[in-house]
Amino acid sequence: MSVDRRQFLAWGTVAAGAALAPGLRLIELAQARSPQEAASVLQRWGLLIDITKCTDCDRCVSACHEENGVSGHERPATDAQWIRTVGLRDTRTGHAQTLPLMCQHCEHPPCVDVCPTGASFKRDDGIVLVDKHICIGCRYCVMACPYGARSFVHEAVSGQKADVPRGKGTVEACTLCVHRVDRGEAPACVQTCNRDGGKAMAFGDLNDASTEIHRRLRSEPSRQLRADLALNTGVRYQGL
Amino acid sequence: MLRFAVAVLVAVLSVAALADGQKTRADRVALPTIKIEQGDACVAPTSEMRRDHMKFLLHQRDRTVHQGLREPRHSLKNCVDCHASRESGSVLGKDGFCASCHAYASVSIDCFECHTPLRQRAATKAPK
Repeated sequence: MSVDRRQFLAWGTVAAGAALAPGLRLIELAQARSPQEAASVLQRWGLLIDITKCTDCDRCVSACHEENGVSGHERPATDAQWIRTVGLRDTRTGHAQTLPLMCQHCEHPPCVDVCPTGASFKRDDGIVLVDKHICIGCRYCVMACPYGARSFVHEAVSGQKADVPRGKGTVEACTLCVHRVDRGEAPACVQTCNRDGGKAMAFGDLNDASTEIHRRLRSEPSRQLRADLALNTGVRYQGL
Repeated sequence: MLRFAVAVLVAVLSVAALADGQKTRADRVALPTIKIEQGDACVAPTSEMRRDHMKFLLHQRDRTVHQGLREPRHSLKNCVDCHASRESGSVLGKDGFCASCHAYASVSIDCFECHTPLRQRAATKAPK
């Protein structure tokens, strides 16, 4: 039996359709990298936070600190803070808003520019991290960050989470829950906000046109904090 | 002849004294506790692990932090999961796998200033 070109293509289409039938899995599988696969420049992880849905709760803060084992010593001036809620109030109208603020995972991060040892770095997929193995605790990055997102660990730490090492004398900040992202999960704040909070936070790959975050950023207005600095932040806000 | 006999006697006595000295020294220094609680074999032969484990960990830490490669083979978390003590669940402490050997070798390690020394996976039954 001879197969002409048209017939062959038709079979190919049917086969491809069958392979893609459970198509809902495709995105999920694409997000969970295998442990042997390095973070890629093709991806850029980001957050979209809708302030209009952000209620007065602080569940994202507690979820973050629980997930990452960030515990303080009841000394608010020096305790580490990876995410915080910021209240905004228009002095003329009295209109008040709350927004969660954390490391904005800039494309051009000032913390990386000023780091003298190379401990502050941006991973290929856009997540800005501190390599605590080479951090000397100089705190230049703390001063350079326009969002005040970084904290210095002043006191000895115990009871760390296995995936989140923390120690005295180093600087730390939101890691976008990099250990969860590497497993293909969303950060703890996003998961908790969508479960118990106002469903104000979305997480995804800003480069992937099939993600919800990409679609919303394309079709709805959003803002970067301090857009004048041209840092191209990975965290975007709506309703600000 | 007499001179030779004296020389032999001195040699024998000094060797005996030296051996005795070594014995007392060995008694004084606490030997490391090498008690492996879980698993049949490590990721590399024992001699290689003893000599090179720090190189494996250093290499792996950079791959994990900078590239996001979380291979289980040389991950510190997996070392701790196998080697933590059954009683304390930790690799530190007097009989801890890491602490006792490094105390013997007089090497100070910083790993557990930041990383947890506690096992995360529930301990399985002791290998018989």
